[in-house]
Amino acid sequence: MIEVRNLSRYYGDHRAVDDVSFSIEDSQVIGFLGLNGAGKSTTLKVLAGLLSPSAGTVTIDGVDMEGHDVSFRRRIGYLPETPPLYDEMTVTEFLVFTGSLRGMAAADLKRRIPEVVIQCQLGGQEGRVISELSHGYRKRVGIAQAIIHSPKLIILDEPISGLDPIQIVDMRKVIRGLAEGATVLVSSHNLPEIEQTCDRVLVLKDGALVADDAPGALAARLNTGLSIELTLTGTGEAVTAALAGVDELECTEILRDHGDRVVVRIDMVRDVRETIVQALVGAGLGLRRLEDAKDELEEIFIDLNQGEAA
Amino acid sequence: MKPVLLLARRELATFLNTWWGWAILAMVLLIDGLLFNAFAMGSSPRFSADVLEDFFYFSSGTTMIAGVLLTMRLLAEERQTGTIVLLQTAPISEGQVVLGKFLGAMGFLFIITLLTIYMPILIQVNGKVSWGQIGAGYLGLLCLGGSAVAIGTFGSAVSKNQLLAAVIGGTVLVLMLLGWLLARITEPPISEVLSYSALFDRHFQPFMRGRINSESLILYGSVIFGFLLLSTRVLQARRLQ
Repeated sequence: MIEVRNLSRYYGDHRAVDDVSFSIEDSQVIGFLGLNGAGKSTTLKVLAGLLSPSAGTVTIDGVDMEGHDVSFRRRIGYLPETPPLYDEMTVTEFLVFTGSLRGMAAADLKRRIPEVVIQCQLGGQEGRVISELSHGYRKRVGIAQAIIHSPKLIILDEPISGLDPIQIVDMRKVIRGLAEGATVLVSSHNLPEIEQTCDRVLVLKDGALVADDAPGALAARLNTGLSIELTLTGTGEAVTAALAGVDELECTEILRDHGDRVVVRIDMVRDVRETIVQALVGAGLGLRRLEDAKDELEEIFIDLNQGEAA
Repeated sequence: MKPVLLLARRELATFLNTWWGWAILAMVLLIDGLLFNAFAMGSSPRFSADVLEDFFYFSSGTTMIAGVLLTMRLLAEERQTGTIVLLQTAPISEGQVVLGKFLGAMGFLFIITLLTIYMPILIQVNGKVSWGQIGAGYLGLLCLGGSAVAIGTFGSAVSKNQLLAAVIGGTVLVLMLLGWLLARITEPPISEVLSYSALFDRHFQPFMRGRINSESLILYGSVIFGFLLLSTRVLQARRLQ
């Protein structure tokens, strides 16, 4: 169990993290959300032992970080946004080096490296020089070095940034797999991504924790379920005309109008999607797609701020 | 001690596997060889002991330059590429990181210095010098080189930019070499401190002539320890920034 109590971090007079507290149970994947400058990277660096906290405590299984700096690091694996890799080494050489650096014996490394290679989907890449690897594989080698010593807490800072869609799907599997026997903390500014991989989301704004909930509960709390996005065959004018007679609509926005095909977002006062579909189909428009609209993180923050103001 | 040796081995391997290490090695051997031929040997007959003394005199310069050049990337490059995170999140202390880096660079400097041995051997073959003078001279070179490496390590800990690291290391080293000049224009006790701490003038010259002073060994040891300690403090301070 990881407990963070009243954590604050200052850079000079600037308060980057402001009195943040949370606790995490074992074997969970936790999403850490925040815009640039929200304080999430600073919080992660403090948890990884890279920065000392200005105030507050961090404990893992009851052991306080303060005073146990060196031994504490054995319990943590950290991957920054840019993977820290020695380009001239092969994948195996690098894992042997990082494992040895964390006090692993040769016999343990021999047993552990094949496990990590499988876990991080690095099969067939073991003998390759790191400088020759693609961005996706470099990220995986970065994760492999973070978990080689079987840490209790795995911290991944923006692990999906810069990956292509196929690599993102693979990375999700890798991250989910890490939660067996460890707590995984993943930071991102991409809410849909966090929703798909995490059990719980912590949202930071201006260094303070503004939300701590399951992804679904967070979305429900912010009424994101009352926004839908549709793709229809027809014109924007026809869609607007068809929806004119439907009550309980807060806002209709044509996102893209291709002439014969239109993408529209509708915000509802209450869930009236059946009525909307009937109106559109009744007007002769072809319904090609309907799904819950994904709110961008910025909008979540706006909602959170409005909630605070209220 | 295990992580220290692991880091030292990696540093040594890096020097041996990159053009940078080989370029420095070639530079030292080339310049030492040229100076040995052109000046130490000279065109007129000379005593072997004087030739050897001149060899150590010229070698001291190249050894110090090599010390600064070898160390400029030690910690600065790790910060530049972000791999310092691996060391900072590993269960090892900053002191172990600094010591490992220092030993790696010293290992390579030792190899370079050892490769110059053919010049004293040439003197021995064509003349007569004591092995004691050769041994003392090389011990002096390693002490002076060790000081340069420690000062260079400090420069590399302070700056993220490798060039700036070399400039900082080089400047501190030159200031410590010129202590005897500053001693001339200052009054005691400052002049005594400056004169005593001058790395070359008072402390290296006896080694060139085959004399080992414990006072000089203590000074070199203190300089190495002091700058490694400063480097460690710089790394520790980064966690508090």
